[in-house]
Amino acid sequence: MSDPAREEPAVLPEHVREELDRWIPQFPEGRQRSAIIAGLRAAQHENDGFLTPQLMDAVADYLDLPPIQVYEVATFYSMFETRPVGRHSVSVCTNVACMLRGAEKIVAHIEQRLGIKTGQSTSDGRIFLKQEEECLAACCGAPMMMVDHKYFENLTLQDVDEILDGLE
Amino acid sequence: MSDDTLTIEIDGKPCSARPGQMIIEVTDAEDVYVPRFCYHRKLSIAANCRMCLVEVENVPKPLPACATPVADGMKVRTRSALAVAAQKATMEFLLINHPLDCPICDQGGECELQDLAMGYGQDVSRYNEGKRVVRDKNLGPLVSTDMTRCIHCTRCVRFGQEIAGIQELGTVGRGETTEIGTFIERSIDHELSGNIIDLCPVGALNSKPFRYRARSWEMAQIETIAAHDCVGSNLYAHVRRGRLMRVVPRPNDEVNETWISDRDRFSYEGIYSDDRLLRPMVRDGDEWHETDWSTALETAARGLQQAIAQAGPQGLGVLTSPSATLEEHFLAAQIARGLGTDNIDHRLMRTDFSDEKRDPVSPGLGMSLDDFASCDAVLMVGSDLRKEAPILAHRLRQVATGGGRVGFVDSEHRNLLFPVMAQAIHPSARLAEGLEKLLEATRESHTAAGADDVHSSLAEMLKTGSRTAIVLGLRAASHPEFGRLRTLAGRLAAATGSTLGYVTHGANSAGAAMVGALPHRRAGGDAVAGKGSNALQMLTHPLAAYLLHGFEPEWDTAAGDTALATLANAGFVTVLTPYLTDAMRSYGHVLLPAGTFAETGGTFVNVEGRWQSFTGVASPVGESRPAWKILRVLAGLLGLEGLEYDDIAGLRAAIETVTGHPATEDAPDWQDSPAGLDPEDTVVPLTTLYGCDAIVRRAAALQATGEAGRAPCREVSA
Repeated sequence: MSDPAREEPAVLPEHVREELDRWIPQFPEGRQRSAIIAGLRAAQHENDGFLTPQLMDAVADYLDLPPIQVYEVATFYSMFETRPVGRHSVSVCTNVACMLRGAEKIVAHIEQRLGIKTGQSTSDGRIFLKQEEECLAACCGAPMMMVDHKYFENLTLQDVDEILDGLE
Repeated sequence: MSDDTLTIEIDGKPCSARPGQMIIEVTDAEDVYVPRFCYHRKLSIAANCRMCLVEVENVPKPLPACATPVADGMKVRTRSALAVAAQKATMEFLLINHPLDCPICDQGGECELQDLAMGYGQDVSRYNEGKRVVRDKNLGPLVSTDMTRCIHCTRCVRFGQEIAGIQELGTVGRGETTEIGTFIERSIDHELSGNIIDLCPVGALNSKPFRYRARSWEMAQIETIAAHDCVGSNLYAHVRRGRLMRVVPRPNDEVNETWISDRDRFSYEGIYSDDRLLRPMVRDGDEWHETDWSTALETAARGLQQAIAQAGPQGLGVLTSPSATLEEHFLAAQIARGLGTDNIDHRLMRTDFSDEKRDPVSPGLGMSLDDFASCDAVLMVGSDLRKEAPILAHRLRQVATGGGRVGFVDSEHRNLLFPVMAQAIHPSARLAEGLEKLLEATRESHTAAGADDVHSSLAEMLKTGSRTAIVLGLRAASHPEFGRLRTLAGRLAAATGSTLGYVTHGANSAGAAMVGALPHRRAGGDAVAGKGSNALQMLTHPLAAYLLHGFEPEWDTAAGDTALATLANAGFVTVLTPYLTDAMRSYGHVLLPAGTFAETGGTFVNVEGRWQSFTGVASPVGESRPAWKILRVLAGLLGLEGLEYDDIAGLRAAIETVTGHPATEDAPDWQDSPAGLDPEDTVVPLTTLYGCDAIVRRAAALQATGEAGRAPCREVSA
C-alpha cells in the first residue's frame, strides 16, 4: 500500500511488532484488520501516550491495510490519542457519586495547580489532564481519578498532590 | 414452485423472489419504491441510514428492507402506518444536523435527501438546538466537499473499498463527531474517484469543476458515448443553451455498469479550451489569415490536387486519429483510395508493422465485457490498464475479485489494487523473452524441478481455466517488437485454448480498422493489392501532401517530434482540428476547425465490437463543423463521386452495407516469426492517464490532479 504522498511511516518498535505477531493469528486468515486495536495500544504505549500519523501508517503497513482503516479505529476509541499529549494521562470522574463527594473541587484544584484546563497537557509534557470521566465503576471509592489506567480512590486534595508530584 | 424461487407478498401483491435476495431488491424489481440513502445495488449492504424501514408481518419492529433477506410467504408492507412512521422518524432524525442550504447547494434539484424530505419530512422542525458543523476537506481538484451536509451513508467509503480497490475515505471519529474524510489531508487520485459524486445522495460531495455553474433543471440531458478509451462508456451530457456543462454516467450494465472514469467525466472542460480554432485558416507564405469555409475548402482541395498532379497519388498521405468516428474514418479512407493512394492509417502509436497481415479485421477483446469479467484466467501482456482504459481495469478487477486469476507479462510491476497471481517482469526491450519462457512452460507436462515459478504458474493458470484470455495492451501494441509479441501470444493462446484479444487504442480503433483506415485493407477487410505507407512511414518520410484529422503529431504519434519535422518538409498539409497550436501553424497550410465528439454525431466501435452511435450534444464552438461534413464536402471538391451523404444516418447505412459481411478471416497459424524493430534503440511512447488525447490534455481539472501529465512521456527502451 505504498503512497508517495505521505511521509515515510515510522519503524515499529520491537514490542509493537511482537504484540501484532501475537494477535494476528488469533483472527481468521485475511482478517488481520481485527488486530489494529492491539497494535495501536502497544504503539501508543511505546510512544509516551499518543499516536502519530507515521506510527499509524506503520501499523497499517505492518498489517497490509490502507492507512485510513487504522485512522478510523484510532479516532473512534477515546483511549487513543491522535495528537501530542503529556506522558501521564489523568482523568477525574465527575459522575454523580464522585460529584457528591467533591470531585469538582478536585478538578478545579488540579487545573489550578498545573495551570492547564481539562483536555490540555502541561508545557513540560509531563501530565495530560484528559477529561472528566463519566463513571469508571468505582463509586464505592468516590471521589476517584484514573492515572495511566490505575485507579486512585477516596481522594483528598493532599492525596491528589502526592500522586501528581510522584509522576515522572 | 421450484426450489430457486419463493413467493412473498408486497403491499398485498404476490411477487416472486430468489432465496438470498433482500426485500429492497424485490421491491425495486416490482417498481415499489422504498426510500433509501445508503443502499446502492453495486455496493455492499451497510444498513446504516435506516431510511428503508418497512413492516414485515409478525415482526414487532420495522426492518431495513436493504438488509432483510426474503423468506417464503413473507408479507411486507411498505406503506403501512408502522412503516411510514418509521421512515418519517428517520427523516426527521437525518434532518436534525443537515443544513437548510438547498438554495446554495449544487445538489439542489437532483438531491435524494431533498426529494425524500418532500415525501417524508415535516414542514416544521421540532429541533431547536445548534446544528453540527463539519470542516470541509480538500479532496483535490475533482471533488468538492461540503461535509456539514453529510448524512454518513458511507457509500463513498464502500466505493473505495469495493470498486476502486483502495480505500481513501473513511469514517473518522464517532457519535456526533463522526466525519467522512481522509484524516490526513490528501487528494483522492484514483481514476474512478469521480463516481463518489454520483453516489453521494446529498450535496456533501460534488463536482468541483461544475460547482456553481448551473442548476440541474436548466440543463437538457442528452445521451452520448465517451470518446477517450476503447470501452465507450455510456454517458449523459448535461447541456445548457448549447454548452456542455457536465458529464454523468448513463447506466448500462453491459458496458460501464453505473461507473465512468474521471477522464470521461471531466474531459468536457477541454472542449472549451482557449485555443479552439474558431474559423478556417489559410497560410499565405508565413502569414496566416482567417477565411470563410468555402475559400478554405477550395484552397485545401486545390492544394491536394496540385500536389497529386506533381508527385502522383502516392505523394498523398491521410492520417486519422484512432478516436475519430467510424464515419470520419470511412470518408477519409474513401478520399485516399478515391484519389488513388493506399497511404491511409490510424495506427499512430504503432512502431512495428511487420505482421500487420495478422491484425484482426475488427480488433478487440474477442468477447463481451461481461464475458471478460467472468473469465477464469486473464493474462495481460504489456498493459498499463488503469491508464489505458480505467473501466476495463475495473472489469479485470472483477475477474480477480470474482474468483478468477490474473497474471501479467510486463516491463514493470503494475499496482492494480487487486490480488494478482503472478507478474513476470522483463525489461521492455526483452519483453518477448517473457512470453517465450511462458510458452516453454506450457509445454512441460509437470512443473520441472528448477523451473521458473512465475512462468510455470502463469502457464498453469492458462491451461487449467475453462474460459481464459490473453490480452495485448497498448504498451505491447506500441512495442518495437509487437509482431513478435503477438506471434508468441498467439501461439500461447493456441496452446492453452485461450482467446487472444487487444486493448484497442483510442475510442474507435476497431471501427477504423473495419472501414479500411489502413494501408493494407479496404472497408470490410479485403486486402489491398498494392503497398500503401503506414503511419510511421508517413510521419518519418515526407510526402508531398497530407490530410490530417484529429490529432497532434508531437503527442499522439509514435514518431513524436520527428513527425513535426517530417510534416514541415511536406509541400501541402491540410489539418482538420478542433484546436490551433503553434506546431500546426508551422507545418499546416490549411486549418479546418472540426468539432469535438460533443459537437458531432457519429459511431464508435468499442473493444467488444459494440457499435454505439451518438448525436451531437453541444453547439459548435466558433465556426467549427462536424468532421464528417468537412470530409464529405472536401471529397466533392476533389471530384470524388458516390460520397454525397446528406445525413449521418445515410452515411452509417452505407458503412453497414460495406462492413456487414466482413472478409472471412483464417485464424493465423502463427508459424513464421516476424522481425520487428531493434528494441534496444527504439523510442516507445508511454500511455499517460491524462495525456491520451488533445481534449483530455486541455481539461484543466484533470491536469491539476496528481495523475496529470499533459505530455505523454517517452522512454528509450533498454
